[in-house]
Amino acid sequence: MKEKNKEAAVQPDSPLRPKSKKGLGFYLRDWRLWLLLLPAVIYVFIFSYIPMYGVQIAFRDYTAKAGIWGSKWVGMKHFIRFFNFPNFKLYMENTLRLGIYGLSMFPVSIIFALMLNEVRSVKFKKAVQMISYMPYFLSTVVVCSMILLFFDENKGFVNTIIEFLGGQRIDFLTRPEFFDDIYVLSNTWQIMGFGAIIYVAALSNVPTELVEAARIDGASRLQIIWHIYLPSIMPTIIIMLIFSCGGILSASHEKILLLQNSLNLSASQVISTYTYKIGIQSGQFSYATAIGLFNNIVNVIILAIVNTIAKKTSEISIW
Amino acid sequence: MKKNKFFSSDRIVTIVNTLILLLICVIMLYPMYFTVIASVSEPVDVATGQVTFWPKGFTLDGYKEVFKQDQIWVGYRNTIIYTVLGTLLSLVMTIPAAYALSKKKMRFRDGFSIFFAFTMFFSGGLLPTYLLVRNLNLVNKWYTIIILGAFSVSNMVIARTYFQINIPDVLYEASELDGANQLQQFFRIALPLAKPIIAVIALYYAIGRWNDYFTAAIYLSEADYYPLQLVLRDILINNQLSIGALDTSGMSAEQLLYITRKAYMAEAMKYSIIFIASLPMLIIYPFIQKYFVKGALVGSVKG
Repeated sequence: MKEKNKEAAVQPDSPLRPKSKKGLGFYLRDWRLWLLLLPAVIYVFIFSYIPMYGVQIAFRDYTAKAGIWGSKWVGMKHFIRFFNFPNFKLYMENTLRLGIYGLSMFPVSIIFALMLNEVRSVKFKKAVQMISYMPYFLSTVVVCSMILLFFDENKGFVNTIIEFLGGQRIDFLTRPEFFDDIYVLSNTWQIMGFGAIIYVAALSNVPTELVEAARIDGASRLQIIWHIYLPSIMPTIIIMLIFSCGGILSASHEKILLLQNSLNLSASQVISTYTYKIGIQSGQFSYATAIGLFNNIVNVIILAIVNTIAKKTSEISIW
Repeated sequence: MKKNKFFSSDRIVTIVNTLILLLICVIMLYPMYFTVIASVSEPVDVATGQVTFWPKGFTLDGYKEVFKQDQIWVGYRNTIIYTVLGTLLSLVMTIPAAYALSKKKMRFRDGFSIFFAFTMFFSGGLLPTYLLVRNLNLVNKWYTIIILGAFSVSNMVIARTYFQINIPDVLYEASELDGANQLQQFFRIALPLAKPIIAVIALYYAIGRWNDYFTAAIYLSEADYYPLQLVLRDILINNQLSIGALDTSGMSAEQLLYITRKAYMAEAMKYSIIFIASLPMLIIYPFIQKYFVKGALVGSVKG
């Protein structure tokens, strides 16, 4: 804040203050606004654009000694290596499977919002909503350690309940077939309530006359939900859906790395965790960059496709 | 509405709806509730699955042990420093930039917008960023945690939308007549009126920083700089918890019992740690959630 006050103090009697003259001053008219933009522009340039420039090491054999420019150009070598890597298909499948499974949970927040919308008591509605936000504020590390504790084969209460109900204890955490459920459902648990906010707001904007009219015509509550509320919030739903589709290949490595163990790797190794392993842990910078770049490109392509489809079918799009 | 029929379909909808919502509340709350009761129960009972709905026995030994773990408190201190300084830095970059971009007539506005928006779709990725940080000699420096993640384009877009919608142009026009320049307009008109959105953006950044472990995991190796979340990861996920050596040779039965309890304690302590680590959020989130709601709503308006 101090810094900015200083900037402000310099301004008033500056020579660069053209009002009506054309010429250079005409184009520089807004230099004070640019000054406000400057810190952000510099930051984004350094921490977003320089790494983008650095992405070219995906096409080189990077060595720290030679630097980005000095390292040997090898073209598509690292991409080809990745495509021919025996586990490429598996990791791709894992990434996609988690993405699609995650996407299938997309309606949960909408349904929750519709249910909240049906509640008459304002107090009850507020209370439920507030409680539903709670998991959103817990950190990834805390949520993952809860999972590890609760689903533990011997000590976790989930298995205690299963045993109490007459079942067998299951080792959820090391069996690959349970990984997807644990990852996706815990995500849903965390974001369902928070994700509903936007729909709850959209629903509160639905004109009450519309709902009253339908009621007088004898529509049941389910019919009102289906024929009035749902279509009213459709634009919001489509926008959110496009964004969700764009993230279909971006399973959270931060979370997966915490839940991963050597026994569930066949289900839990996704492209982003593999990038981390190859790059940060084994130091194969070029190869890992190529994998990350491939992931990024596929993501953008999916987003573009979904956006185009949405534009064509509903005239709603994010760009 | 037909009120005469007791079992009208509408009434069934109400009942089923209420029941499901109550069930959802239980699902949302139970994990944290269980954590709390497990943290004060007898460690042996927790470990053998005796605790489900009520605490069994009552002991604060877990908490006593946690208070002896210096690393947790060092982590707490570091996280507070990172969160406060980091959030300030984020605000200094985000709010002025958002204001500038909210000015539709600013020269090269589209160019700047594209410059920022592009980064939402493409990024250099983990490795090029890592190499940059390494080349800047920022690895294993405490301030790296503050610098990285200091700016988020989506937060700036939310603030920009707020400026566009909530501050009427008339105010700027009036001040222009009084001879105020664009910087004066920002500091004297926009900034005082932007307090609500500053609160929202500050909280978005602060929560993100409080809960982040990954940045520190990649860039820090000096344990004294670890933020709380990274300490938690080491203790809770990687099981790096030491509560005294376990030399059982030549021990009496009583001592062995004590040691066994201590071994269980290491597990039970995890619940205390989770609770202590989450407590600040659990206390403040009911008060700050309305700001998050506001942010989500402003963010949903297409600017």
